[in-house]
Amino acid sequence: MSDDVPFRILPRISDRNRHFWTGGAEGELRFLRCQDDGTYVHPPTPRCPKCQGKNLAAEAVSGRGTVHTFSINVQQWMPGPEPPYVVAIVDLPEQEGLRLTTNIVNCPLDDVRIGMPVQVVFERHDEGDESVYLPLFEPVGEVS
Amino acid sequence: MAVDPIERRSVISGAGQSDVGRRLFRDPLDLTLDACMAAIEDAGLTTRDIDGIATYPGPMDTPPGFSGAGLVEVQDALRLEVGWYTGGIELPAQLGSVIDACMAVAAGLATHVLCFRSVYEGSAQGKEGRSAVMPGGGGGGGGFRAGGFMQWVLPFAAPSAATWIAMFAERHFHEFGTTREQLAQIALNARKNAGVNPKAIYRDPMTMDDYFDARMISSPLCLFDCDVPCDGGTAVIVSSADAVADLRKPPVQVEAVGTALYGRPSWDQFDDLTTMACRDAAAQMWTRTDIKPSDVQLAEMYDGFSFITMAWLEAMGFCGKGESGPYVEGGQRIARDGELALNTHGGQLSAGRLHGYGFLHEACVQLWGEAGERQVPGDPEIGVAAAGGGPLAGCLLLTNRR
Repeated sequence: MSDDVPFRILPRISDRNRHFWTGGAEGELRFLRCQDDGTYVHPPTPRCPKCQGKNLAAEAVSGRGTVHTFSINVQQWMPGPEPPYVVAIVDLPEQEGLRLTTNIVNCPLDDVRIGMPVQVVFERHDEGDESVYLPLFEPVGEVS
Repeated sequence: MAVDPIERRSVISGAGQSDVGRRLFRDPLDLTLDACMAAIEDAGLTTRDIDGIATYPGPMDTPPGFSGAGLVEVQDALRLEVGWYTGGIELPAQLGSVIDACMAVAAGLATHVLCFRSVYEGSAQGKEGRSAVMPGGGGGGGGFRAGGFMQWVLPFAAPSAATWIAMFAERHFHEFGTTREQLAQIALNARKNAGVNPKAIYRDPMTMDDYFDARMISSPLCLFDCDVPCDGGTAVIVSSADAVADLRKPPVQVEAVGTALYGRPSWDQFDDLTTMACRDAAAQMWTRTDIKPSDVQLAEMYDGFSFITMAWLEAMGFCGKGESGPYVEGGQRIARDGELALNTHGGQLSAGRLHGYGFLHEACVQLWGEAGERQVPGDPEIGVAAAGGGPLAGCLLLTNRR
């Protein structure tokens, strides 16, 4: 990412969520996946919600998605990105209902649409013991 | 009817409210006890009759002002001797505590349960407003790290339920063509009703132009789509239907309750982002009664953000799924003299964010015919009180029929 990375409140990293928040180091958006029935699990839990088995492992997804819904946030709630900025829920094609809250970046505010194809771009933060990579999304085809 | 609804063994025998204001700078326990004593006296009871307590959310230091008093403080201050008590936040929203009380009296664990909720968010937030308190329970800088659900939203600068609910609204707009002009009717109706509620925070008339002139908070929600933080306490007494001889006046009958949550308990993982947990709670409530949505004359339904009320209108079956926009258009249908009088005290949008309990208080006052200038014409006999947004929802069907 560029030099002007905004202040962010970062997640508390644990053995349960490390794959998600650090996968960006290898450019990968990772989710836990049941190795027995293939179910992606998000947020991560120790058991597959479908078969209740414990045979889970982190796997990379394509990093492609579509905007399920969004809001242009105008209010400054906290130190961080300068409003207005776009908060969105992005659907991932790997599984029905697999989705996450994120920001849409590298896109004019007025161009954001529900159904818009997007791809992951990671924002690196180097505070603390290990770097955290926030998965943000930008329109497909744009260059960050 | 699929079940024998034991909530019908419970009634609401009294309701009370403290002073309510934008910023009262009063001891929040004092406000809480004012509400509790008003409710106890309204029922014709004394503290010696109260043998149960229920509250939401229990004692909390953050967000500032979110909880005016916990159960233990109230129990000890009034020296209550209780057969049953509960206080907590992992419930079917704010009124889940009242529903628990209905179950407790039906089970014979208590006869008269004091239920309360108090806030002092107005004073606690001070002049900085909501931004000062990091809605959603964050904390700024200093190495703070987000855990639990907040880790999935705080890093993306989305700490406020305003933004989370805005994304539900945007999806509803997208799927059903709902417009801001339609959504505005929730705010305009609330303000009109607040104008005849002497305890409401914002009572000056508001026009559609005022609504569109307001600053955007998180699109499509503007300032007037967001409720107003305030200070105040609200309480109700849930009594056993077998104990009506103890009471000062005919109680409000609890006809049915709804508590279900079949979707995922999450703000962003819920299966259908055009509706909310209210879908499940309301549907369950209608399985527990022979009364139909078309029988309801009075709806006091949560408006922490205006869109939540739209979701409740659909969930309750007052209109079809996706049809809340056309249903409220023009505002006549939901007016105090309309076919479904909605948020007759001004809701949290204009009467103040008393957080769930204000709706139940107003439903009872209306069903007792005690609402004064804002009394719904024709004196309604059947009403709903509903609270909660996103993954939280609980509701009650109430009647004054004997």
